[in-house]
Amino acid sequence: MTRQMTGARMVVQALKDQGVEVVFGYPGGAVLPIYDEIFQQNDIRHILVRHEQGAIHMAEGYARSTGKVGVALVTSGPGATNAVTGLTDALLDSIPIVVLSGQVPTFMIGTDAFQEADTIGITRPCTKHNWLVKDTDKLAETIHQAFHVASHGRPGPVLIDIPKDVQFATGTYMEPATARVSHYQPRMKGDPEAIAAMVEMMETAERPVFYTGGGVINSGLKASALLREFVAATGFPITSTLMGLGAYPASGKNWLGMLGMHGLYEANLAMHGCDLMINIGARFDDRITGRIPDFSPKSKKVHVDIDPSSINKVIRVDVGIVGDIAHVLEEALALWKSRGSKVNKDGLAKWWKQIAEWQAVKCLGYKGSAKVIKPQYALERLEALTKGMDRYITTEVGQHQMWAAQYLGFEDPNRWMTSGGLGTMGYGLPASIGVQVAHPDSLVINVAGEASWLMNMQEMGTAMQFRAPVKQFILNNERLGMVRQWQELLHGQRYSQSWSESLPDFVKLAEAFGCKGIQVTDPADLDDAIMEMIRYDGPFIFDCRVEKHENCFPMIPSGKPHNEMLLGDADTQGVIGAKGAVLV
Amino acid sequence: MSPLNIKKSASSHSAYELRDPNAPVIETHTLAVIVENEPGVLARVIGLFTARGYNIDSLTVAEVDHSSHRSRITVVTTGTPEVIVQIKAQLARMVPVYEVHDLTVEGPSVQRELALMKVAGRGEARIEALRLAEIFRAHVVDSTLESFVFEMTGTPEKIDSFAELMRPLGLREMARTGVAALSRGL
Ligand SMILES: Cc1cc2nc3c(=O)[nH]c(=O)nc-3n(C[C@H](O)[C@H](O)[C@H](O)COP(=O)(O)OP(=O)(O)OC[C@H]3O[C@@H](n4cnc5c(N)ncnc54)[C@H](O)[C@@H]3O)c2cc1C
Ligand SMILES: Cc1ncc(C[n+]2csc(CCOP(=O)(O)OP(=O)(O)O)c2C)c(N)n1
Repeated sequence: MTRQMTGARMVVQALKDQGVEVVFGYPGGAVLPIYDEIFQQNDIRHILVRHEQGAIHMAEGYARSTGKVGVALVTSGPGATNAVTGLTDALLDSIPIVVLSGQVPTFMIGTDAFQEADTIGITRPCTKHNWLVKDTDKLAETIHQAFHVASHGRPGPVLIDIPKDVQFATGTYMEPATARVSHYQPRMKGDPEAIAAMVEMMETAERPVFYTGGGVINSGLKASALLREFVAATGFPITSTLMGLGAYPASGKNWLGMLGMHGLYEANLAMHGCDLMINIGARFDDRITGRIPDFSPKSKKVHVDIDPSSINKVIRVDVGIVGDIAHVLEEALALWKSRGSKVNKDGLAKWWKQIAEWQAVKCLGYKGSAKVIKPQYALERLEALTKGMDRYITTEVGQHQMWAAQYLGFEDPNRWMTSGGLGTMGYGLPASIGVQVAHPDSLVINVAGEASWLMNMQEMGTAMQFRAPVKQFILNNERLGMVRQWQELLHGQRYSQSWSESLPDFVKLAEAFGCKGIQVTDPADLDDAIMEMIRYDGPFIFDCRVEKHENCFPMIPSGKPHNEMLLGDADTQGVIGAKGAVLV
Repeated sequence: MSPLNIKKSASSHSAYELRDPNAPVIETHTLAVIVENEPGVLARVIGLFTARGYNIDSLTVAEVDHSSHRSRITVVTTGTPEVIVQIKAQLARMVPVYEVHDLTVEGPSVQRELALMKVAGRGEARIEALRLAEIFRAHVVDSTLESFVFEMTGTPEKIDSFAELMRPLGLREMARTGVAALSRGL
């Protein structure tokens, strides 16, 4: 059956056929025909954002919390350029999103037409792939391909640039089933020999550790379930990157906590001292490795990753397994069982004893206060009061983000949305809206710093309009805290431009948006205020005034190995050399 | 000079250099990359090299299968063995890339480049140029009373040495295609 329709209608039809329920977008001249089609149907919900960057982060939040592809729609020129930060964010964090952008009509491309930008050129380096569609007959197929590419292999953002005349013209619609999803079929199953090699190494290892990452979340719920089973079967300790939190439950008995620059002492020392490192869906990011030559010098390393270019990119490994986590874990677990594999019991017992000693250091301890709210305390209370609830957390970027990762516990995957690779301030508020749109009845909290939050605060309007009762939990230290911390440690306490002045009155700001705000300064008021926020039926801005000069520990200074970790302010004198200062 | 105006000796700006200060072996590899001939595919491949700080010594591209819209990009690149492996993995994961072949490791290959050289001169120099052209099997494809255009096909090294000889004899201008390469045998 061939169906003739305009390009604009095709866009809506193709989205419907891809199962899209919601689009985050902002109209403009070059996408008016598509908006006209959106107006005339009720299957796809459109969330009108306040800035296109917000639309992309919402699509990311939606995608990360559901495992589906997020969709955004923007106009040509400034609409598309405003999407660039979000696209880059999604690329670095492997988030599957499809962005549709309007373009000037084909016959005007290259003439510096009104709101013309070389969107394909600008977004080529920040998308997994992008397409300019010049022919209405190819539009539907391209959209179907875009969904395929975004969600298969290592997920990522894609963009389709659609000139206005292509939207107006009539062409033949193509169903998803007949679309040529190209030759792009990344390998899912791991090499059996490599999997067998891994299993053999696991049987003899004395000091093994699972180092897991965002790839487990990307792979889907089954991957997390298999990971849990594998950890239980082996009894090995497990740590995770910032991006992988929740794949293994924080309450699980083998959990060491997050690793890396602001990771836990026990997790980092386990990585440093292990004899077998099993990397599952993590990418040896520099927040993890520290100084490369000193990175876990005595271990054999296995790396499971769907992207062959991730393997041996930064760290040379002994066994590389290219494949999807769920597929590889399933095979490995089956082999583990069929071989009747046993672990090195004595070695492992000694290893756990050593780990227990590291855990006894209680690296997350901090000096409490009855007078001011310590940010760590605020998060401990938030955790205690929301534990067990149907809860999703997003964050902005900075100290508060690291404290959230340290002090909140994640029991399930897809419950934790944060900008890890790009570290985009302004991510959290729109992401929280995207999550809330996908989970209207859940508790969605954005743990924010005041500086980050201001970067996309216009999206409170979106939250109001679409009744997304997102809770903005702002740890307000009136500082660009993470920057201030680095200046304290690296730049002789010269606090150049790292404070937040002329801040708005957040309570009045909430009122101005038509929602509720609260300011808390006294630790004694914290619990009641948090409960008020949770119970409030609508968006909420929580101005939590915290200690202004708190530093985030543990910290591995840039350019240092894992075993040279700072645990508190007392450790910080002159620790970072000139070489480390060059690194970010 | 390569067709992209990137100097042969241009140092890489890759982060890999930061990671490994005691500069290990630098190898030269010829890669054949089979791609979907879609708009922007060349920009995408070149963008990968510049964004990640890889070297391009030579690059050629043309559609080789019109019915299936396949193009063949031949890239000559240099780097440490680790970097070469990364380049291949990075190329292979691009959506419009079908195949990546490393002709340098996949066995013997033939490499050819075509060059056109304009040599101006009279008298003894002119005769000498013609004599050398014969030795190098370069063809005259244009001649006036005071100039020749030579066409020659060969390895880049052979073209380099012919060009060196022509320089004192009046080499004025040169156009080169960059390397095309195929593996030998089946
Ligand atoms: C201020 C700040 C501080 C930070 N500090 C820390 C820190 O202390 N600790 C920390 O961990 N991070 C920290 N980060 C985050 C850090 O920058 C990286 O984003 C993070 O470490 C990367 O996580 P990952 O290795 O899990 O990789 P991701 O970016 O999540 O990449 C996932 C990997 O899995 C692969 N993959 C994807 N899908 C699949 C699949 N289906 N099957 C198999 N493989 C798949 C991908 O190819 C990729 O290699 C910080 C960020 C900021 C902004
Ligand atoms: C868009 C953007 N600009 C600059 C930075 C650099 N940066 C990282 S953390 C930070 C300070 C964040 O301050 P705040 O949001 O108040 O959080 P805090 O660290 O105080 O918890 C800055 C400026 C960034 N990550 N993103």
